Amino acid sequence: LIVTCATMAATDIEAAVLSQLQAGAIANSLDFAKQKGYDHLAVIGVLKSLVSDKYVVIEPSDHEGWKLTDEGEQCVSKGSPEAQIFALVPDDGASKDEIEKLAGAMAKVGLSQCMQSKWLRIDKDQGGKIFKNEASVTDAVKEQLAAVVKGTFPPKQDLDKLKKRKLVASANYKTYSVAKGEEYAPQRAKAATDITQEMINDGSWKTQKFKPYNFNALGQDTGAGRLHPLLKVRAQFREIFLEMGFEEMPTNRFVETSFWNFDSLFQPQAHPARDMQDTFFIKDPATCLSIPPEYMAKVKATHEVGDCQTGGPQDPQASPIKSLGYRNTWAEGEAQKNLLRTHTTAISAQMLYKLAQQKEFTPKKYFSIDRVFRNETLDATHLAEFHQIEGLVVDRNLALGDLMGMIEAFFEKLGLKDIRFKPTYNPYTEPSMEIFHWHEGLNKYVEIGNSGMFRPEMLRPMGFPEDVSCIAWGLSLERPTMILYKIDNIRDLFGHKVDLGMIKSNPICRLVK
Amino acid sequence: QEAMPTVTVVRKELMTALGQEYTDKEFEDLCFEFGVELDDITTEAVMQRKEKGDKAAKADAAADAEEIVYKIDISANRYDLLCLEGMALALNVFRKKLELPNFRSVKVDAPQKMTITPATQQIRPFVVGCVLRGIKFDSQRYNSFIELQDKLHENICRKRTLVAIGTHDLDTIEGPFTYEALPPDQIVFAPLNQDEKMTATQIMELYEKDPKLKQYLHIIRSSPVYPVIYDKNRNVLSMPPIINGDHSKISLETKNVLIECTATDPMRAKIVLDTLIAMFSGYCAEPFTCEDLLVVGTDGKETYFPDLKPHKVSASVDYINRIVGVDLTAEKQIELLGRMQLQAELVAASNTLDVTIPPTRHDILQACDVAEDVAIAYGYNNVPRKVPATNTYGKQLPLNKISDQLRGEIAQAGFTEILTFGLCSHAEAFAKLNRVDDGNTAVTLSNPKTLEFEICRPTLLPGTLKTLSNGQKMPKPIKLFEITDVVRKCSDNDVGAMNRRHLCAIHGGMSSGFEVVHGLLDHIMTMMDVPLDAAKGYSLVEAQDGAFFDGRCAKVLLRGEEIGIMGIVHPKALEEFDIPFPASALEIRLDALTGAA
Repeated sequence: LIVTCATMAATDIEAAVLSQLQAGAIANSLDFAKQKGYDHLAVIGVLKSLVSDKYVVIEPSDHEGWKLTDEGEQCVSKGSPEAQIFALVPDDGASKDEIEKLAGAMAKVGLSQCMQSKWLRIDKDQGGKIFKNEASVTDAVKEQLAAVVKGTFPPKQDLDKLKKRKLVASANYKTYSVAKGEEYAPQRAKAATDITQEMINDGSWKTQKFKPYNFNALGQDTGAGRLHPLLKVRAQFREIFLEMGFEEMPTNRFVETSFWNFDSLFQPQAHPARDMQDTFFIKDPATCLSIPPEYMAKVKATHEVGDCQTGGPQDPQASPIKSLGYRNTWAEGEAQKNLLRTHTTAISAQMLYKLAQQKEFTPKKYFSIDRVFRNETLDATHLAEFHQIEGLVVDRNLALGDLMGMIEAFFEKLGLKDIRFKPTYNPYTEPSMEIFHWHEGLNKYVEIGNSGMFRPEMLRPMGFPEDVSCIAWGLSLERPTMILYKIDNIRDLFGHKVDLGMIKSNPICRLVK
Repeated sequence: QEAMPTVTVVRKELMTALGQEYTDKEFEDLCFEFGVELDDITTEAVMQRKEKGDKAAKADAAADAEEIVYKIDISANRYDLLCLEGMALALNVFRKKLELPNFRSVKVDAPQKMTITPATQQIRPFVVGCVLRGIKFDSQRYNSFIELQDKLHENICRKRTLVAIGTHDLDTIEGPFTYEALPPDQIVFAPLNQDEKMTATQIMELYEKDPKLKQYLHIIRSSPVYPVIYDKNRNVLSMPPIINGDHSKISLETKNVLIECTATDPMRAKIVLDTLIAMFSGYCAEPFTCEDLLVVGTDGKETYFPDLKPHKVSASVDYINRIVGVDLTAEKQIELLGRMQLQAELVAASNTLDVTIPPTRHDILQACDVAEDVAIAYGYNNVPRKVPATNTYGKQLPLNKISDQLRGEIAQAGFTEILTFGLCSHAEAFAKLNRVDDGNTAVTLSNPKTLEFEICRPTLLPGTLKTLSNGQKMPKPIKLFEITDVVRKCSDNDVGAMNRRHLCAIHGGMSSGFEVVHGLLDHIMTMMDVPLDAAKGYSLVEAQDGAFFDGRCAKVLLRGEEIGIMGIVHPKALEEFDIPFPASALEIRLDALTGAA
């Protein structure tokens, strides 16, 4: 309701201003307001609105102004302190104490003013009693203040006195002269914010005025759902593998046996990764129900003495592996322990094993991107699970140079060039290489992945012939994503503590622009 | 991928050993080429500060000379690089500045002898050893000797479980020695750096509070007998794998060192012994030799240790070229292998290299290891790169493909994707959802480091509720979804468990939005071309579930089979997950809905 009144008042003022301008310019907005009985501030508001639509042009003038303080207001209603004190003093005088008792707080100021203007005197002969000097006085201060209220200011020296006594305070103000603007019309057309169905229907859009649009503000939220940033990056990696002719492995198997996770990869049973502290072992179901027995016997022999009864449909000659092996007993019980897979290579091993059982060898390119688990204490860079990206090529006569070329081609699709390789050690690859690329921002080579050729001790017991090699590389999905989106804390990316606002504002993943 | 051990060497000492002053950058490049990594360049005072904690170190810092040290990450299988001596040897051979010494063991007329008693077989069955004669220690060599033992204990010895090393001043003891296992109260001696003699039981109590030693106590504690080595006069040399005796401790002045390695893994004991000999026999009166220890087994069989006779591995010249992807002559391969401490000879008839594996290179098991060393010495980055000609078609896993298609549809329907952990607490999956664990659903972990992760989540709902709770300050309504795998027990599978792909969606806000979630289900079904039809398509049947509000909970049926559940989340569950506003959720099995695997 209040808004409506104000709006109506504004409409009235607007009409009055526009109508006045038909007769000529308005010299002074304050005079105009007084004359019409409007609030000056309301008039200014209307003027500014009219200016924005170029109906009027205005020219400001600055004015000195004064207003009463609270004390000044008191003077106008009750008289100045000196006048009040004067009125208190009887014709036969009064003691200072009596006056102070009656006058209270203003006694001090009032008495001092009365003494200055000699309205009262102190008679020392009569014990300091106070007497009137005049029969009656004029309260000039009150009159001056009353005039200030009406906008008439006393001469400067009087004004200074009032100011010093803190009865008046400065209140400078602006008034405006008003003239017609380039869009002047006697009546203002109402500006609309949007084109409506009605306007289209009745054609009023042709004459309708529209409010200016604030192009600096944001538009309305679309309310759309968004995909998760890490999975957007996953999609790009998947696309790269698919573009390069790789087949996706069925990695939807988090619970794995130690056998496929470690033993089939020729990872020794005494390997530190098999410590309880690094790997999540499963309490229930604690052990696996079946491992292919013939294959397991070959794995056992390879671990223990470095060779096994190799051979199969693809390897009729069954040439020996001739490895020293780990020369220690291999326990089936250790291999049966269930765990949460520590790498997707557990699945790669099963895929390769299946491939080796075929009558004829067929080359394959496999990839996967899926979760792996590590029994870590969580911090800014470590979670108990992350996504491993893995690619592998199995074919006859593959060389380390093929692996390097493949990796180079893969990372070029990510926009990473200048790839270097550093010798490293993995239990199941030989040769093994860490992958580095030149990071422009950091001005150094940065590690981006790990790679190698699967050992014969891993491939041969599966049944692959001697000339079949498997080259493989892997990296985490989280690390490149964190670099790409400048995220420092992995918990901001993965898990329930993620900032939903971040998911909403996260851009499209473009690895190469 | 392997956690790499880090070796700390004083820069000045390393440069002296290399006989060349490298800049940090040059040395870093050498490391990269060789396959180790210069991880950090720091100073000794700083190092100590890191180890001791700031307060104690402040006082020391000023007094310490600031010596530049290199922290070098090495491969987990190169035990010979775990000390300055080995690092310098390997790099000098790699840089062709040095020929690998010929390590020998000497069989003397009256060898030191160690007899194994049968009781040891139940706790720690193996012992190997040797004597380093006329060794000259200085403080640098002595510290390095001690540190190498620590590093070996941490790495190949698996925190002393597989192998434990004891080193003794031979001149303080007298053979023959016996390796025994006795009840703890019968073992009495003063352990290293203690004045008082005490029983093994008391020693174990004493080390209960020792920050370093307490981690090893579990290895023997529950055994009725503890391993112990005595000399002829019943002096205790050591109580492996816990502590040596004070009586035989070595010092800077020690001239003759008896090394014993007790083990549960004889191969690793041999590697550890070989490594110690290779690293420190260079300081002996006759360099690179050691004296045999005669070990008498429980069956009376006599074996001399160490066995430094090199292994042989053969690798064909063509195989090496094929694996690396180069075309090198046999001579070139032999020259390159020399830089990796591998002496090779060409067997012309078979065009095969006969490769001799020194005691420093126990990581070489097979021809592929030889090929790798050729590649390293040749320089990985000098190998010509080519993209393999392997021609295959790309192929998506059908389940992943349909999941991605549905993810797109659901996001387009206004739901935002979340990504939550595959592990959760038992309470989050059951008690907090007022659901009962039938014992046949959840896969339970045996050793989680955090209580947050006790089981593999059997449903997605807990993670979704946790995310909604955490994001409750976002403008409402909040609409979230996730498509990923849950894990459930399953007796049909070899591991007794299987992944199952689920979809979970939730709406939270000023109203529960049950109709919004219901609408999403309809939308998904439309997208999957499944009609609303109890017989031929999907239908909803009112159901009861602890996680949902009575009368606002329904099973989702596909051709009569239950594939999911939806409903208004029960206010009690909301409270458990700290969600102060109403919500509705939907969870369905995508394997069943899509038929994809």
